[in-house]
Amino acid sequence: MNHSSNGSHRAAGVSTLAVHAGELRQKAGNALTDSIVCSATYTFANTQAVIDFLEKKQDREEYGRYGNPGEKVVERKLAALENGEDAILYASGMAAIVGVLMAKLNAGDEVVFFDECYHRSREFCSQHLSRFGVVTRQIRCCDYEAMEAAITPKTKLLVSESPTNPHLSVVDLERFTDIGRRRNIETLIDATLATPYNVKPLEYGVDYVLHSATKYLGGHNDLLAGVIIGRKDKLEPIRKLRGIMGAINSPHNIYLLERGLKTFELRMQRHNATGQAIAEFLESHPRVERVFYPGLPSHPYHAVARRQMHGCGGLITFLVKDADWRQTAAVVDAAKVARIAPSLGGVESLIEQPLIMSYYEMPIEDRRRYGIPDNMIRLSCGIENTEDLIEDLRQALEA
Amino acid sequence: MHFRTRAIHVGQERDRQTGAVVPPIHIASTFVQPGAGVWAEFDYSRSGNPTRKSFERTIADLEGGVGGLAFASGMAATHCAMMLLESGDHVLAGADIYGGTYRLLHKVLNRTGISVSLADSTDLAGFEAAMTSKTKMLWIESPGNPQMSISDIAAIASIAKRRGILVGIDNTFATPVLTRPLELGADIVMHSATKYLGGHSDLLGGALVVREKSLYDKLYFLQNATGGVMGPFECFLASRGLKTLELRVREQSKTALQLAEWLSHDRRVRRVLYPGLPAHPGHDIARRQMARAFGAMLSIEIKGDLAVAKRVCEQTKLFQLAVSLGAVESLIEQPASMSHASYDPAARAAHGISDGLIRLSVGLEAFDDLRDDLDQALGR
Repeated sequence: MNHSSNGSHRAAGVSTLAVHAGELRQKAGNALTDSIVCSATYTFANTQAVIDFLEKKQDREEYGRYGNPGEKVVERKLAALENGEDAILYASGMAAIVGVLMAKLNAGDEVVFFDECYHRSREFCSQHLSRFGVVTRQIRCCDYEAMEAAITPKTKLLVSESPTNPHLSVVDLERFTDIGRRRNIETLIDATLATPYNVKPLEYGVDYVLHSATKYLGGHNDLLAGVIIGRKDKLEPIRKLRGIMGAINSPHNIYLLERGLKTFELRMQRHNATGQAIAEFLESHPRVERVFYPGLPSHPYHAVARRQMHGCGGLITFLVKDADWRQTAAVVDAAKVARIAPSLGGVESLIEQPLIMSYYEMPIEDRRRYGIPDNMIRLSCGIENTEDLIEDLRQALEA
Repeated sequence: MHFRTRAIHVGQERDRQTGAVVPPIHIASTFVQPGAGVWAEFDYSRSGNPTRKSFERTIADLEGGVGGLAFASGMAATHCAMMLLESGDHVLAGADIYGGTYRLLHKVLNRTGISVSLADSTDLAGFEAAMTSKTKMLWIESPGNPQMSISDIAAIASIAKRRGILVGIDNTFATPVLTRPLELGADIVMHSATKYLGGHSDLLGGALVVREKSLYDKLYFLQNATGGVMGPFECFLASRGLKTLELRVREQSKTALQLAEWLSHDRRVRRVLYPGLPAHPGHDIARRQMARAFGAMLSIEIKGDLAVAKRVCEQTKLFQLAVSLGAVESLIEQPASMSHASYDPAARAAHGISDGLIRLSVGLEAFDDLRDDLDQALGR
């Protein structure tokens, strides 16, 4: 949204976009906030109206699986926040990545991705895409030479998270997109942990930005959603396939997402500030062996983060010194403010032990390969008072 | 624990059955009981509902009270508080109050033999002089609406205590982030939860919070007997809103102060009514009574008549023309024709609600965007 006055043109502030972008100024029933439209289908006045719609003379809704008025508002709002042309909402973050991969890849195609990522994304690539004849190549995160070396004439997509989960490695988006540009291959970044408040990958030339909107975008741990953002022409086939595969979001969820976005900037400011303060606290604590947080100078990708990111968000991973899995679990169990649960990015702080929560069934050699030691804890800082969270962690570590 | 941490966690404990981080929305109208004549915690949703209880516990904690009650609207909450009174009793209200409260007091309560008068609650001696032996309730807004007048809640509560009068404070504008009237000696805090507590212009609700258990019991009896309760969906949205209450109120207040300072230097504006400005008559009390910020409501009187004020209200592009306040979206309105239209014209004039008065509810948008919008709307 470009708001102009006094003849001057200036990009609107993040909160102004978060509150207003994508919404109609004058809404149905003159309501200030958007309505929740639950209708499964949409009526046509007569046969001619159907024909006009089919001949694209009139832009309107047809059937719930193809689109919903509330969904369009949130898609426009998310696109505006990412500074992208278009966005497509999905039932979950996984539905979004599956939606893109299924739309873009055919049997015989190849996809190259950095291996530090959400374990379910990796599982879909390695175990399910392969069943459809798509070859996936996992590369150690941030090894750009190896990524380029893995490219063949069949490679169609380069994929990474940034920052990655749970190591918070920050991909150098200039180098990543440079490979894509030179080799004429599209690029996708899952920026769930960054959010557009901290980095806008499209501005680096990334083709697709993906978010689990369940996390910071929704922000209240009370909805599931995924979104893919990019150029309208590139997104069109993905949208078409969504209409066929049907992993759409629901009208009620979409409203909660829209509502959550209104406080997006405020929440992100808190997540960034608290994340930084807690990472510093943990690094100075004698019971902590190592902290993974890109805002710390000790983090291997600190320099990239400083250049590329506005802030580093609320997710922190750390190792408890000289602790086995039980002693690590005792720290998790002793937390009183942070609650034990998977997921991240909401107002409530969450804590978990990746070994137990996400990698319980994985053999030890694979856990080693993916860098998941027994003494690792992942903390998603909410927006509670920073001092309360620090006190809570202190007592949990010293219990 | 700090305010913000309590706003997220108190009353919002994880669901024991499923472990859900966000408690489920309980929409059942009735609850199965363990036996005939044996009552569980919840029996019928008018009498109590788990989702409503969650919200009530959070707001009670944030206001520092013993208990809270959630209502279908702010007016339902105010009405419930007024039902504590009996025929022959007198209510003394501040002169700077919401038009709907004025209407309830003057056109509904009067029919049950309860008399009402208004007096300037910023003038302690004058306000006390308006109390009679029949006065049983004081009802005050601070900041007031729409003059943003600041009443000294502690001083008024101490007078009331001496005379055995209940003090009710409509804390909608200040919110417990900035002012906690129960800690200052008030007996009842009332909220239109539609405003800052919900914060997103998408629910109607009201709340009462009290300091003493005996008063809570009386109000609970009245609420259950008359039934103006908040619905489960609204309670869920209100609880969700409370989680960002402090962030929103502090940010919106900061922007409001910047706008007030900018407007106070603008030649198109006759005066700016905002307690954060040193020139505001209530500034010193506000500095003492409000926690490091002055709220996000302000009124301005422009140079010009009704038609000019009307034009300004219709020219803004970010500020939307609507009644209500306290949400993430900025709103603009003309009290004389909108929020205070239920005042009698003579009373409007007497209480300083001039035709040139414009009330702004400052939302979460960026200061620069809001300033530019007002600048173009004020015209040349």
